[in-house]
Amino acid sequence: MFNEFFSRQDLLLIKPAVLLALFGCGILLTDLLHERRHKYLNAVTALLGLGFTGVQLALIQRAMSAAGYSEVSGFSGGLVVDGFALYFTWIFLIATAIAILFSVRYLEVENEHHGEYYALMLFSLVGMYFLATAMDLITLFIGLETMALSVYVLAGFLRGDRRSNEAAMKYFLLGAFSSGILAYGFSLLYGLTGSTNLRAVADALVARPSGDPVVYLALITTATGLLFKVAAVPFHQWAPDAYEGAPTSITGFMSTAPKAAAFAFLLRVFLVPLAPLRPAWEGLLVVVCVLTMVVGNLAAISQNNTKRLFAYSSISHVGYMLLGLVAGNETGLKGIAVYLLVYVFMNLGIFTVLVALRRKDIIGDEIEDLSGLFFKNPVSAVFMLIFLLSLAGIPPTAGFLGKYFIFLSLIETRHYVLAVIAVVFVVVALYYYFRLVVMMFMREATDPERLNISPGVAVALAITLAMTLVIGIYPEPFIRLAAGSVLVPFR
Amino acid sequence: MPGNVPITHYLFLSTALFTLGVIGVLARRNIVIILMSIELILNAVNINLVAFSRHLASVSGQAFAVFIIADAAAEAAVGLGIIIAMFRNRGTIQADELDLLKW
Repeated sequence: MFNEFFSRQDLLLIKPAVLLALFGCGILLTDLLHERRHKYLNAVTALLGLGFTGVQLALIQRAMSAAGYSEVSGFSGGLVVDGFALYFTWIFLIATAIAILFSVRYLEVENEHHGEYYALMLFSLVGMYFLATAMDLITLFIGLETMALSVYVLAGFLRGDRRSNEAAMKYFLLGAFSSGILAYGFSLLYGLTGSTNLRAVADALVARPSGDPVVYLALITTATGLLFKVAAVPFHQWAPDAYEGAPTSITGFMSTAPKAAAFAFLLRVFLVPLAPLRPAWEGLLVVVCVLTMVVGNLAAISQNNTKRLFAYSSISHVGYMLLGLVAGNETGLKGIAVYLLVYVFMNLGIFTVLVALRRKDIIGDEIEDLSGLFFKNPVSAVFMLIFLLSLAGIPPTAGFLGKYFIFLSLIETRHYVLAVIAVVFVVVALYYYFRLVVMMFMREATDPERLNISPGVAVALAITLAMTLVIGIYPEPFIRLAAGSVLVPFR
Repeated sequence: MPGNVPITHYLFLSTALFTLGVIGVLARRNIVIILMSIELILNAVNINLVAFSRHLASVSGQAFAVFIIADAAAEAAVGLGIIIAMFRNRGTIQADELDLLKW
């Protein structure tokens, strides 16, 4: 009946998103059947949904490689599944799965265990899927909003907690504001080029005479919106507040999957429609990168709240990743892909430990709460140490690999000054990461309460640690995966 | 005939509306008014899209505008929900009284 509108291929391409949306709705329905103490079944359903989506994605991937296609497009070019989209979708799926694993016990402790939590996670994943695959301004915008609106609600999920309310409020206001600016940029791009397809936009921008002020206005508004979404300085103010006030499990989720999605979005927009304007945005991006590294790292030093500290640390990581885009060669883009993969695992590892610190009557998000962790629970303290070393970029952990490619690409493209600044701030980062290490290993424990390691948390810890070490020690297959995801900049 | 009005007029109108919205978000303290200013920005976007759509005789701008309207409604629903949750706990909707987490 719909044959004249959709082909079978179109439906195949959105199948992962359809599955996720259906499972999300399914959770909302079956949630009503579960008793209070059986709410963990919602998490099982969500993981099942992620599993089915993963299988579907693998089928698409196999069909593509069997037919020898490097990319498949659908919906008249509005959706493209290529190496880039597949790579990022895998990152989103894995990050969400780990976040679901460590959420179960946390929500029980908070006494806010509702099915909507998992449903919203799946809905935000639908948005992320479209952010990675969309080739059209409209699809990109709707994907962004699908993701963002779900995450706003998740940030305020602890309805009775004032800090959670406040985090959701600030995140929502600045997020909606930046979406508005971005939409304004998109509307100008459409007006300048007469098309919403990203490649057609790029073609039309190449044809325009340079120096048109409206082109610059479109570039500035679009870039501002994108940089807001990845929390780059000077558009980062929402991140520390949203990260500190949100439920810890959601902070872990927010700082990984939606961040990777925002990055996929940023890369797609900068490398396809805005690629002809590279001379105009490159200088701008250099300034943003340096500011992001400086502010992110320096502000992290004085934080006493762990979640806030990791908010600033994640801002500084965004600075490093953007450097790959400044370099802009294949090594740099591969570096961003590797960095994001590694970052997702190590950051989720950190937040798994932080989630385990939340027990009845203990909030566990001040740095003091980590004190003496080694004496209470040596395993998680050692795990935390490895994640922190990885975040700082010390070999043989995975974090080193991400930074290695970024620095290499800077050297290759003769950005020596930027490379030196980046290395200097690695040392600063070591300082504040080691404050946590000192707390864990050299202070007496302040509260005798044991850690709350649920099966889900244990599995999440095992996966994140294994990946942090495996990627660091045997990186070849992951580098090859990342190389397959590199988006060819539009020329 | 609306066709007689040149496209620049629409652009000036939308730019003015956009600027008003941005000023509103940055300067006002009442969260409901900030939310209204965000809607103003989205309406500036819609004027742009519809004007361009007519100017270029291409329909995708109107499709985009319809999606933006839907998105604005969804955003208002989520935003008002968060405002109500906050008002229940704090009894205020002033942005400068959101000070549990330092800005």
